[in-house]
Amino acid sequence: MKKVQFGPSWTPYLLLAPQLIIVALFFLWPAGEALRSSFYLEDPFFGNATFVGFDNYVDSTSAADYGRSAQFTAVFTVSICVISLGIALALAVSADAVLRGKSPYKTALMWVYAIAPPVAGLIGVMMFDQHIGPLSDFARWLGWEMQVGVSYFDTAVAMITVAAWKQIPVNFIFFLSGLQGIPNSLREAAAIDCRSPARRFWTVVFPLLAPTSFFLLVINITYAFFETFGVIDVMLKGEPGNNPVTLVYKVFLDGFRGQDLGGSSAQSVILMIAVFALTIVQFRLIERRVHYS
Amino acid sequence: MTALADPLAPAPAAPAAARPVNRARRRAQILHHIVLIFGVLLMCGPMVVTFMSSTWDPVVIHSEGLQLGYGGKFLETYETVLLKGGGFTGEITGTLMLWNSVLLGLGFAIGKIVISMLAAYAIVYFRFPFASLAFWVIFATLLLPLEVRILPSYEVVQRLGMLNSWSGLILPLIASATATFFFRQFFRSIPDELLEAARIDGAGPFRFFVDILAPLSKTMMAAIFIIMFVVGWNQYLWPALMTTDESMFTIVRGIRQILQVWIGANIPDYNQALALAILAMAPPALVVLVFQRMFIKGLVETEK
Amino acid sequence: MTVTLDAAANAAANAAVNAPASAPANAPVIAAAAAPAASAEPTLVIDGAVKRYPNGAVAVRGVTIEVGQGELVVFVGPSGCGKSTLLRMVAGLEDITEGEIRIAGRRVNEVEPAERDIAMVFQNYALYPHMTVRQNLAYGLKNRGTDKAEIARKVAEAAAMLQIEDFLDRKPSQLSGGQRQRVAMGRCIVRDPSLFLFDEPLSNLDARLRTQMRLEIRKLQRRLKVSAIYVTHDQVEAMTLADRIVVLNGGQVEQVGAPSEVYARPASTFVAAFIGAPAMNLIPAELAGGALRIGAEAVPFAAPPAGMAPGFVTLGLRPEKARVVPQAERAGGLPFTLDAVEELGASRLLHGRAAGADVVTAADAALPIPQGPLALHADPADLHFFDAVTGTRL
Repeated sequence: MKKVQFGPSWTPYLLLAPQLIIVALFFLWPAGEALRSSFYLEDPFFGNATFVGFDNYVDSTSAADYGRSAQFTAVFTVSICVISLGIALALAVSADAVLRGKSPYKTALMWVYAIAPPVAGLIGVMMFDQHIGPLSDFARWLGWEMQVGVSYFDTAVAMITVAAWKQIPVNFIFFLSGLQGIPNSLREAAAIDCRSPARRFWTVVFPLLAPTSFFLLVINITYAFFETFGVIDVMLKGEPGNNPVTLVYKVFLDGFRGQDLGGSSAQSVILMIAVFALTIVQFRLIERRVHYS
Repeated sequence: MTALADPLAPAPAAPAAARPVNRARRRAQILHHIVLIFGVLLMCGPMVVTFMSSTWDPVVIHSEGLQLGYGGKFLETYETVLLKGGGFTGEITGTLMLWNSVLLGLGFAIGKIVISMLAAYAIVYFRFPFASLAFWVIFATLLLPLEVRILPSYEVVQRLGMLNSWSGLILPLIASATATFFFRQFFRSIPDELLEAARIDGAGPFRFFVDILAPLSKTMMAAIFIIMFVVGWNQYLWPALMTTDESMFTIVRGIRQILQVWIGANIPDYNQALALAILAMAPPALVVLVFQRMFIKGLVETEK
Repeated sequence: MTVTLDAAANAAANAAVNAPASAPANAPVIAAAAAPAASAEPTLVIDGAVKRYPNGAVAVRGVTIEVGQGELVVFVGPSGCGKSTLLRMVAGLEDITEGEIRIAGRRVNEVEPAERDIAMVFQNYALYPHMTVRQNLAYGLKNRGTDKAEIARKVAEAAAMLQIEDFLDRKPSQLSGGQRQRVAMGRCIVRDPSLFLFDEPLSNLDARLRTQMRLEIRKLQRRLKVSAIYVTHDQVEAMTLADRIVVLNGGQVEQVGAPSEVYARPASTFVAAFIGAPAMNLIPAELAGGALRIGAEAVPFAAPPAGMAPGFVTLGLRPEKARVVPQAERAGGLPFTLDAVEELGASRLLHGRAAGADVVTAADAALPIPQGPLALHADPADLHFFDAVTGTRL
């Protein structure tokens, strides 16, 4: 790592101790526990558990609502990525191109980052409220009677809108910093080689943004999976009923509401594997970024 | 204008040739401004509506919908939200929740920075057996967000008797290694020669950390602090599970409570709910706005 | 080149010349402290030092060198020759796998860098970016527990000597390359070490500043009479600075000697090619039948030295010792075809071929470029003979 390091002593262990203890207590132990209980059927009343092998996995994934939830998670994730990345890219390109007012625009567009997902959810609830929400009014004006919280489809649309909206600032910041990282000489060379600004963007600038885009894609998928919990929880007002939920929300529901410890754990483990795969992809990309720069 | 024109350009041809290019450029600029104004409306519009509506009487909101103009009841609404007791115990006020949020944000940010700096220092600057094992164990935490292991985490904290305690609230959130990773990257970018020069100058591990490494990391620490404060402030799921004692509620956690009260109310206190939302977003938003440059640096650097 | 063959005598002579000149300046304390002339023990002894990395790579293969009192020794060699590793072993920044290093008679193999009584200038200076120049200079003394008044006095003294008094309260980032270089040297001076270590300290400067700082380093070291090791890959720096040069190659010493000696009598083809610019012409040749041949041609100006066994050799000829003359003017010589001329200002280089080998010669630019059929001439005394296989001097 470093050419020269301090020699062996007890100091590094002391320095690592706080983090390792916390990791052991609040990460390794719970993760191990999740893995263990995913193979057991636990009786919530008597506390005794029987080993059931992969039954929990089979049972929970073959349930109809699991499939529905997985399907929604996929739609939810793809929609967030497309909407949020698309709008953020357009805004970043414009913010990078304007000559005046660059920084006020930048400030106005990024500060929403600071808003907590549940707060965004609350604002969403208001905006889409059947009686008072301006967005519902707008939909009604278009001839669409939105019933968020009642209609599966309408709720899904509202959740996607709010979740994608909340993620725009992050994508905007990264796209803009990626655009600003493109050397000016390269743009000038492109301007000499190619007349059309649009063509220049798609053939020179966008490929140079590819590492940023891939990276953001991973970030957005992670966001859609995990960080939208607050948005969903608030928009459903804690009452999922017949409404769409993501897989992560379902882990929470089955575990805390349904008291189905084994099933919830099995779903956790499946998600763990998904995150693991995603992280590997992410690290591959980071490595590549490092090699390029 | 002609005096300022490029002396190298052929004088008669220049204006004729330059005009269409300039016009195209101006058109492009206008287009970019339109896109950006649309973006600002998209991002800031809901906030404006939220704030304005919070200054109206709930009856007006109930009958006429959310408002864009100022309703004149700013002081009453915010005074009620900040000072009047609410919740089941009737003792929880907006001020208390804000204070709890500050504690959570600070505790989370400071705890994370301290712990991860120490760990990263050990990993980068010391040669010792099990160094890579320690690194991989810490690294593994990146694989599993708290949301996925929420139930077993809850049980562990319960078994340790840490429910409704600040340590039980903060420590599990700190377990993730994002900041450790970041400091590791940063320490590795510091030239080796600084350590060598310091060793020749007689600095041991403690001195090197205090005299050289910590001062060099100052801006990085500040950037991480800002990000982590916002992340800590915005925690929702874990506080919602962990804290059943209302005196520990944070303002973001309080959102959940509002909704519970809301359901079934005849005319809900829209104004108060919206005021609470404004109060919940204002402090982190201010931090981000005031330290904008550092915040962007921190965000772009940590996520890398 | 005024350097004599005897390094010690040279150092003494220079010291004698410099001492009166520096006396009025304000360095008496440091100079006195640095010259405990009583002991005859060399300042530094490197005795059979070996550096082997855990992965099996060997960077230094048994090097033995002594650095005398007040002597400036330059380690020179191409990158990867082990010169920096050797320096870092002396500094205590690399472990010593085998052998022993003694500083002022004390074995330091297991001694911490801070305890070795050395000071080091790094290639990138390694100034602490968050500290002012003053704090940078004082940091090592502070860690040793030197009292404040003493630190202030030493910092002021070093600053005066290096003419950096005006920058004492600036941060390194506000300084130019040359000023940073001075601060790095100041950090060494305040420590009063018995040995200075320089790790390519001039490589980050532009050519002009490099020449200037080179001279300053030389003067300063003479004035302080502190022994020094200077690592560089630049043979001009090595020649101009050194009392003695150590040419390293593949982790081994190729030759140790005064610059003039290394230049005049390179111990191997490696040294011959490395020291001197443009590099020495090295031409494969054969000793047979009492004559020296290059390819099929007999070399008329070189009778083989007495007692040299017949066989293949490498013939060495410095460009500045070779002369290209029109055949019409002087008989004999090797026929020479001129390919290109490079003007260097005071001199010019003539690139061409003689007897099938590429040859470079240097000539005074004041003379006209020779025309017509040409021939290469050289004084037999200027020829170097090396073993064709091992490259060692014959």
